[in-house]
Amino acid sequence: MYNLLAQTDGNGLAKRLAEAFPPPTIDWPSILPIALVVCTGIVALIVEMLRPRQNNNAIIGFSLVGLFFAGLSLTSQFASPDLESFGGMVLRDRFSLTIQLLVVMVTGLTILFSDGYLRAKRIPFGEFYPLVLWSASGAMMMASSKNLLMIFLGIEVLSISLYVLAGMSKTETKSEESALKYFLLGAFASAFLLYGIAFMYGATGSLHLDAIRSAWNPNDEAFRNMMLFGMGLMLFGLAFKAAFVPFHQWTPDVYQGAPTNVTAFMAAGSKIGAMAALWRLLSASTTNVDLGATFQSYWMPALFWIAILTMTVGNLVALVQKDVKRTLGYSSIAHAGYILVGILAHVNNPEKVGIGTTVFYLLSYSLMTIGAFAVVSLTAKNGKEGTRFEDLHGLWKRSPFAVGCLIVFVASLIGIPPTSGFFGKLMIFNDALASDLMPLAIVLAVNSVLSVYYYVGIAKAAFVDAEGARTPESAPMNLGLAATCLLCAGGIFAVVILFNPLMNWLVGAP
Amino acid sequence: MTGNNLADYLTLGLLMFSIGAVGVIVRRNPVVIFMCIELMLNAVNLTFLAFARYMPSSAPASGREASFMSGQMMVIFVMAVAAAEVAVGLGIIMAIYRLRKDVDVDEMNLMSG
Repeated sequence: MYNLLAQTDGNGLAKRLAEAFPPPTIDWPSILPIALVVCTGIVALIVEMLRPRQNNNAIIGFSLVGLFFAGLSLTSQFASPDLESFGGMVLRDRFSLTIQLLVVMVTGLTILFSDGYLRAKRIPFGEFYPLVLWSASGAMMMASSKNLLMIFLGIEVLSISLYVLAGMSKTETKSEESALKYFLLGAFASAFLLYGIAFMYGATGSLHLDAIRSAWNPNDEAFRNMMLFGMGLMLFGLAFKAAFVPFHQWTPDVYQGAPTNVTAFMAAGSKIGAMAALWRLLSASTTNVDLGATFQSYWMPALFWIAILTMTVGNLVALVQKDVKRTLGYSSIAHAGYILVGILAHVNNPEKVGIGTTVFYLLSYSLMTIGAFAVVSLTAKNGKEGTRFEDLHGLWKRSPFAVGCLIVFVASLIGIPPTSGFFGKLMIFNDALASDLMPLAIVLAVNSVLSVYYYVGIAKAAFVDAEGARTPESAPMNLGLAATCLLCAGGIFAVVILFNPLMNWLVGAP
Repeated sequence: MTGNNLADYLTLGLLMFSIGAVGVIVRRNPVVIFMCIELMLNAVNLTFLAFARYMPSSAPASGREASFMSGQMMVIFVMAVAAAEVAVGLGIIMAIYRLRKDVDVDEMNLMSG
């Protein structure tokens, strides 16, 4: 080092240093979308501090523009080759780009309908917008890396923001209670996830999923046990985040207690992130024959039963609920089960079943879930919100447009043919058959029928006439909410009509 | 005088993790529950550091330094994340205490079904 500097005259120094310590090659565009979302959040926070207290329009507009550019930078990379950059910390492939695009879309839709709700509920919390953006960046990180460190950080960035958001309504005990439950159980699950990562690291000496896979050594008993133990703990942590039965107990409480716009983001955004991480973890085992066989014999049966339980318990318990948000919470558990079937079908038979089904289902699930929560958020007025079925009564007289959209969302959640929910379920059903998971396909079909009852209950509640003073007046329709409903309802049909071009564009050749 | 084996550290880690996990389930005060979660995270840190120090033979020889580093780096990130969780968690506990003057988790049963 000393010699190097001594030989150098002034202006050649930088060059010689660069020769001695070559800078790593870094592909900046691959983190541009995440960076854009994070920076939009930071600037939105500053705008929030500076703005006059009347309205949030500046922040909303700015956030939406930031998200738009993040989406633009994602779509512009669709043609770029797959690569890993930043020392293997960031991965750009079709799956990561598509999932990030979904997260950006979900965040935009949530922000769009939040303002009216926050005002009706009288939650003076302008920090909502930056926090939801940062939370989204966490979900994007989870999808765009194969490094367990990054996946863990993504989960934490996503969750810590969501803990704050769940407790956003500071005068409401329910909201604080849900925040505390979410926080304690979330941190508990993170500890399990981390302990699992520690054992995978201990066995292989790496945190990168590809390196972990190639270090797989079937003949070493201690190694194998450590890997299986680590994998089990990691699945426990992720199953909690994705709300699979029997790790779901927090879900209904948190979904019911948190403010409705936060619940919408939680149900869609956080689930997309968790599913993406689960997908990365599980599909890492498919390309190594022996690892795949070991996985098949140990964790596949467990996940098989978890999928059956998740679908069935979610739907059965939803049947007896009295609260719309709680019902939708159980419904999101059931949908997590359907998505798990799609993922298992891919893991079982990666040649025949690609990422298309899961991506399409996540897309259609986010559209219908956010739409449904957006309509439910109409029950908030004058700082109060009733989310029981009775509180929806008479909604069709006050805002027929919202109820019209609600019918579309409900039809899609049930899976009635011209909607995307039907095609999503059909694709999962086909994939399950193609990869010899016949029992899962049957359970899925039976559960779709079961779910009709409570979904129809939601739509029916909106058509019953309000009786007397029991029912509070609902908030008037506002522009953002109308736009969200329209985009979600339109999207549900558009993704079906434009199915082929859309899937070609999103996931490449089918 | 020789040092301890890897297994000793792993056993201590497992013990701490189990005490933490049991504590989360049996204790009723959210602050104590949170302390138990911290204990679990510290058990994870101990496990990571023990593995990083006694890098097993399965680590690829070419990337041994990188393997070393990634375990220690992970510990730094876990500590940072735990600190962020403390900040948010204590804030939530304060907010709930202000509303109801009581933080027993058994009393938090507004929602059920």
